[in-house]
Amino acid sequence: MLSIKNLHASVEGKEILKGINLEIKAGEVHAIMGPNGSGKSTLSQVLAGNDAFEVTGGEVTLNGENLLELETEERAREGIFLAFQYPVEIPGVSNLQFLRTAVNAMRQHKGQGEMNAAEFMKLAKEISKQVDLDPAFLKRGVNEGFSGGEKKRNEIMQALLLQPKLAILDETDSGLDIDALKVVSDGVNALRAEDRAILMVTHYQRLLNHIVPDYVHVLAGGKIIKSGGRELALELEERGYGWLGIKDEDTADSSAN
Amino acid sequence: MATTDQEVNELIKREYEHGFVTDIESDTFEPGLNEDVIARLSGIKKEPEWMLEWRLKAYRRWLDMEEPDWAHVGYPKVDYDSISYYSAPKRKEDMPQSLDEVDPELLKTYEKLGIPLHEREKLAGVAVDAVFDSVSVATTFKEPLAKAGVIFCSISEAIRDYPELVQKYLGTVVPHGDNFFAGLNSAVFSDGTFVYVPKGVRCPMELSTYFRINAANTGQFERTLIIADEGSYVSYLEGCTAPMRDENQLHAAVVELVALDDAQIKYSTVQNWYPGDEEGKGGIFNFVTKRGAAIGKNSKISWTQVETGSAVTWKYPSCVLRGENSVGEFYSVALTNNYQQADTGTKMIHLGKNTSSTIISKGISAGKSSNAYRGLVKFGPGAEGARNFTQCDSLLIGDRCGAHTFPYIESKNKSAIVEHEATTSKVSDEQMFLCRQRGIEPEQAVSMIVNGFCKEVFKELPMEFAVEAGKLLEVSLEGSVG
Repeated sequence: MLSIKNLHASVEGKEILKGINLEIKAGEVHAIMGPNGSGKSTLSQVLAGNDAFEVTGGEVTLNGENLLELETEERAREGIFLAFQYPVEIPGVSNLQFLRTAVNAMRQHKGQGEMNAAEFMKLAKEISKQVDLDPAFLKRGVNEGFSGGEKKRNEIMQALLLQPKLAILDETDSGLDIDALKVVSDGVNALRAEDRAILMVTHYQRLLNHIVPDYVHVLAGGKIIKSGGRELALELEERGYGWLGIKDEDTADSSAN
Repeated sequence: MATTDQEVNELIKREYEHGFVTDIESDTFEPGLNEDVIARLSGIKKEPEWMLEWRLKAYRRWLDMEEPDWAHVGYPKVDYDSISYYSAPKRKEDMPQSLDEVDPELLKTYEKLGIPLHEREKLAGVAVDAVFDSVSVATTFKEPLAKAGVIFCSISEAIRDYPELVQKYLGTVVPHGDNFFAGLNSAVFSDGTFVYVPKGVRCPMELSTYFRINAANTGQFERTLIIADEGSYVSYLEGCTAPMRDENQLHAAVVELVALDDAQIKYSTVQNWYPGDEEGKGGIFNFVTKRGAAIGKNSKISWTQVETGSAVTWKYPSCVLRGENSVGEFYSVALTNNYQQADTGTKMIHLGKNTSSTIISKGISAGKSSNAYRGLVKFGPGAEGARNFTQCDSLLIGDRCGAHTFPYIESKNKSAIVEHEATTSKVSDEQMFLCRQRGIEPEQAVSMIVNGFCKEVFKELPMEFAVEAGKLLEVSLEGSVG
């Protein structure tokens, strides 16, 4: 489904990704782990098409189509979804309006008719319950005054609404207490499907106890230096990153997460 | 970041929709202003002697006044002798007796603007006074309003038919000598709307005036007077458009509101005068004095404005809170794009005990425009227990525009309480990225973010207007991503 070949990317002239290679097939769950500053968040942002990052080499295809040629919104409509680490607030724009606009943009792209307000409200209420968000959240401004955990649940709710082909979860576990982590993980597990891939970016392995990945990759210094199965994450938890010959905080992009 | 800015710029470049010219024969005065011109104007309108005297007095006063230059705007000074002070579509009779007698071209014009005047197609629940250049061409729903005792007519008619009311209130809120533009208006005002809501009457429908400037090289000098008698309520809306012309045109209006004991006036404006082109050529100079006097106890005056048009705006809808417990409100969205300049805000003058006022101002600047909020909150010695709350938010789109806030606070009463909050923000790259990542077009994203920013003001508008205002904002923002 997603194929990344020798991907290089930089921000403000500084190279962060230095040749990433990764193949993800439909139905798979991949976890990218690595110390702070290793380029994990940069990879998610680059895949989603954030203009702040410049792709300087390599290729990325989604189901054979060149992803790098597409605008951010076109990638989204092709099925790329990014759950943000720090979701931004949009004051005065209700969550409901925002979500409906997004869902209808996708529907239009697929040649489906727009969902009217009543239909959408019903759907949104159901899904908000799935991530344990009070439907009252739908009426509040997008992320406006939400707690960290509420923001994360709101992100997962969006993934459930938009039904992407590839869901990229950027540090979705950060700042969550155990209960919230459980809710968010249940939401992500509900996303797992034959025709969908999930790419999780995380610093800690604890998320992987709840969402069990098929593959684990270690990213350091802008490259994937080791890949393995679930057991790799457990080994990292036990031994830290040091045995792989890398230090935490060793490279660049901590400002860009 | 560059990308967002470019996008915003592209968004803002949309064509002005109402820029067409109606081809109609008009009687237009030669340019220039003197006492004879004023006498001729007054004569055409068959005004009583006192009205002419009133105008001449204003004119003589105006000659000694100076054009204000303290506003944060720059524009070529207007040559007042090169403007024509009266232009009206030709017609047989002086006033149309019924809509059948209105020139079909005019009806078509208003239809094109989305304001059907014909009996069967009239806007449901909204009575309209249509002012074309210097004259009122039609007023709808007059009869049902008359049944409720509400007078809704052009000011010219009111001067002839209700002289005692006009004489009693005209110029009491905005006197001749108030400011340069108000002085000029008092001398040469041509048409506008008159509303009187009698004691205890809740006006059964929204009243509105649609101002259209059509003729070239003319100024429009609208004069509106609204009186809400004891315990009455009225909601009034105004809309404005003009053709696209390379020359600047002057619109110098005066609006006076009077609210007696327990009366309420809600005055809403959606101003969409031609703003000039992308290079800043042409457009309306909107130099307007609007003020309400809450003279009665427990009276309330509420201004809501959505200002998206005009090349230069100089406008401060204000409230003089004289009555005990009277309330003043000002809700404003002012959007500037390209080379537009706006210096707008309000004055809340607290004179009576326990008077209160609220100011919510939302300024949006895009392109190379300049947008200033200027507001005065003043407490007189008698304003015991008075209070004001002001919130002033500016939103910048792109990095070539400017937003300025000039708040003035004067208090002569120690018990007065004033709160002022101000914020400046940008449509951020992060917000744009979030929207786009969810599949939303950049254009739609900007419009959604801006609408969200204006929400507190839009909710004050009558329903039909709120939708209109949202759309207008979208149009005015086109090409603004940049």
